[in-house]
Amino acid sequence: MKKILALMLTLCVLLGLSAFASAEETKGEGVMTYAEYAAADLDTEVVVETYVQAKQSWWDNKATVYTQDQDGAYFLYNMACSEEDYAKLVPGTKIKVTGYKSAWSGEVEITDATFEIEEGSFIAEPLDITDKLASEDLINYQNLLVSFKGMTVEASNDEGAAFLYSWDGSGAHDSNSDLYFKVSKDGQTYSFTVESYLCDNTTDVYAAVENLKVGDVIDLTGFLYWYEGANPHIISVAAAQ
Amino acid sequence: MRKRLCLFVLLLAALLLLSACHGSRKVGSFEVPQSLDTSRDYEIVFWAKNDTNKTQTEIYQKAIDDFQALYPNIHVNMRLYTDYGKIYNDVITNISTNTTPNVCITYPDHIATYMTGNNVVVPLDPLFSDPRYGLGGSELRFDGPAQDEIIPQFLSECVIAGTHYALPYMRSTEAVYINKTFVEKLGYEVPDILTWDFIWEVSDKAAQKDADGVYLLNGQKVMIPFIYKSTDNMMIQMLRQLGAGYSTENGGILLFNDTTKSLLETISQHVSNGAFSTFKISSYPANFLNAGQCVFAVDSTAGATWMGSEAPLTDISRDKFVAFETAMRMVPQFDPANPKMISQGPSVCVFNHGDPQEVLASWLFTQYLLSNDVQIAYASTEGYVPVTTCAQQAPEYVDYLARIGEDNKEHYAVKIEASRLLTDNVASTFVTPAFNGSASLRDAAGQLIENTVKSVRRKQTVDDAYFEKLYSDIVSLYHLNQGDSAQGMGGKQDLGPLPGMSRGLLIGLVVLWVGIGLYALRDFLEKHRKDFSKRK
Repeated sequence: MKKILALMLTLCVLLGLSAFASAEETKGEGVMTYAEYAAADLDTEVVVETYVQAKQSWWDNKATVYTQDQDGAYFLYNMACSEEDYAKLVPGTKIKVTGYKSAWSGEVEITDATFEIEEGSFIAEPLDITDKLASEDLINYQNLLVSFKGMTVEASNDEGAAFLYSWDGSGAHDSNSDLYFKVSKDGQTYSFTVESYLCDNTTDVYAAVENLKVGDVIDLTGFLYWYEGANPHIISVAAAQ
Repeated sequence: MRKRLCLFVLLLAALLLLSACHGSRKVGSFEVPQSLDTSRDYEIVFWAKNDTNKTQTEIYQKAIDDFQALYPNIHVNMRLYTDYGKIYNDVITNISTNTTPNVCITYPDHIATYMTGNNVVVPLDPLFSDPRYGLGGSELRFDGPAQDEIIPQFLSECVIAGTHYALPYMRSTEAVYINKTFVEKLGYEVPDILTWDFIWEVSDKAAQKDADGVYLLNGQKVMIPFIYKSTDNMMIQMLRQLGAGYSTENGGILLFNDTTKSLLETISQHVSNGAFSTFKISSYPANFLNAGQCVFAVDSTAGATWMGSEAPLTDISRDKFVAFETAMRMVPQFDPANPKMISQGPSVCVFNHGDPQEVLASWLFTQYLLSNDVQIAYASTEGYVPVTTCAQQAPEYVDYLARIGEDNKEHYAVKIEASRLLTDNVASTFVTPAFNGSASLRDAAGQLIENTVKSVRRKQTVDDAYFEKLYSDIVSLYHLNQGDSAQGMGGKQDLGPLPGMSRGLLIGLVVLWVGIGLYALRDFLEKHRKDFSKRK
C-alpha cells in the first residue's frame, strides 16, 4: 500500500513538474506569463506567447484573432498582419505577440500588435463556466473558450422571437447581420451573440441559432467576449446533452 | 501559314485596340434612354446603411414596397449595412468584377474613389434634367422633388469635379451632448456656444481624483470628461474654424501643417491631464455620458437617440444610467461669432453595369428615396434633417418638430433639438472637397489625433521629433505621398517629360506596328500580283 502511495505521489510530482516545465517551455525570454499580463496596467506594452483559437476578420492588413495559452486568453484586435500570414494563423498556431494592453467597453485586448509565428501548437478545450455566469468572478474568464450547459432559450423581443438579426432586429440574414439571442439559467437571463465576422451566415452555428425556438434547452460553446458586460461570441449550439 | 499567322496577329492587334478603346470610355458616356422599357423586369440591388435602428430598416422596406407597387417590373433587393466603411470596402472589392450594387448609400468622399473605375458611377446631371424621368419629371409615378426643391447646400456636396454623382439622402452634423448637471456642479454655466478653451478648462477640472483614484465629480473610478466619436471630423472642423489648410479643391494635401501640430500639442496636454479620449480608444461616447462618466460627448446628431439620461436607445443596461440634465450645443468653436460645423450624412449614388435601362430603373428608385414619405419618416428616426424643402415644410414634419419632448421615443427632445441644430445653422455648415484620395486624407486627419492620444496614454514622449515622425508615418500609411504632397492625389499634375526609357519603349512599339503593317501589305501585294498574273 505504501509503495502504491509513494508511486502515486511520485507520479503526481512528476506530472506537476512536467506541466510546470511545459508552461515554462512555452515562454521565451522577455515574454510575460498570463498572470503578468493580467496584472499589467492598461496602456503598457505587453509581450505574450499564445495560440490561435479562432480568427474573426482580416482587412487592410489587420487581423482580429481569439487566442489563448494554457493559463488564459488574449484577444488580439486589429493586429498588423498580411493576408498571406493571416492564412497561416490556423487554430493551434503558436505566435509571439507584442502590443499594448487596452480596454474597449470593458473588453481587455491587445492592440497595435505585431506578431511572429513560432514552433508549437495548442488547442484549448472549452471550459464549462455555466455556474459562473451569475457571479462577479465571470470577468476573470474573459476571452476564454468556454461552454454553457443546459441553457433555456428565452424570447428576444415582445413578439416572442427566439433570436434577432442585429441587437434590435434591424438586420437580415442576407446582410450577414450578427445574431442576438437570450438564454436563461436558474432564473437569470443572458444575451449571447453569433458574431457574423467570426461565424457568418453560411456556418452551422448561424443556421442553428436561426432555427432556435423559445423554450429549447441547449448547450453552447464560444469565446467569452465582453461589451459593457459579458457578450459571449458563440461558435456552436447543440441540444442539451 | 505565315499569312495566317500574320492575319491572326493583325486581328489580335485590332481586338486589342478595340478593347483599349472600350476601357478608356470616358465617364459621362451614359445616355438617358428615350423611355423606360416596361416590357422588361429589372432586379435592382440596393445597399443601404442604417444606424442599427430597426425603424430605419422598416422605412427602407416600406419605401421598397411602395416603389414596387408603382413600378411592378422593378424589383429592389436590399442589403443592409451599419457601417459606411464596410460599404466602401465592399464596393471597392466589387468594382473589378462589375458586381457593385445598382443603388448605394454612401459618402461623396467614397464616390470619388469609386470613380477611378471607368464609367462605374453614373453622372446624374443628364438624369436630373431629363424632362420625363428627371427630378420632378412628367413620367414619374410619384411626387418627387424638383431640383430647386433640394436644399442647394446639400446638393452641392454631391458635386465631384463639376458633376453631380449623387443625391443627398439625409443630412446631419455633429453636436456636443452635455451633462449640464456636472458642468454646474463644477461652477460653470453652459454657454450658448461652447469654445474650445471652455471645454478644455471644464474637462481638466472634471478629471480631478482623490487619493484612491475616485473622481471627485462623479464618485466613480471611471470618468472621461470629454470624448469625441469621429476624430477626423474633430481635426477637420478645428482646422476650418482656424482658417488653416486641410486640402485644396482639386486634391492638394495641406493637412500636415503647423496649425495641425499646434492642435495636436494642445490635445496631448489635456490627454495627459486625463481630460480627453476618443471612441476608438475607449468606447461609444453615449455609454460614458449616460452612465455619468462623461461631461462632454461629441457625436453625430444622427446618434441623438442614444444620448442623454433619458435616451430611448442604449447599449448599457438601464441600471447603469444616472439622472442628469442633458443639454446639447453645436461643436466647440474657436470664434463663436463665426461658427463652423461640418455637414455630413448619407448620399445615394447609382452604379452603371452597362445597361441604360437598368440605370434608369435604378435612378427612379434613387429619386423615390427623396419623396416626402421616405424623407420625413427616415429623418424622424434620428437627429437627421430631410434634404428637400418640400419635406421640411410639409405639415407633418412641422408638426413632428413642434411636438418636441412630448414623449421619449418619437419626440425625444434631444433628437428633435439635434435636427433643429442643423436646420438653424445650415449657413454655418461646410464640407470638405471630394476627390480620389479624400477618404484617405480624412482617415489620416483622425489618425493624427488617435495616435497622439494613444502615445500620451502610453507615456511616450510627444515632442517635435514625435510629430515629425507621426506626419511621416501617417503620410506613408495612407499613401498620401503619391506625388508632390502640395499637389496631392486627386489634382492634375504636370508630370514633366517622359523618361528616356519610356520614350524608347513607345518608339519601339510604333516601329514594331509599322513593321507588322508593312509586312502584311507586302504579303497582300505579292498575293494579288500572283493572282493577277494567274488570271492574265
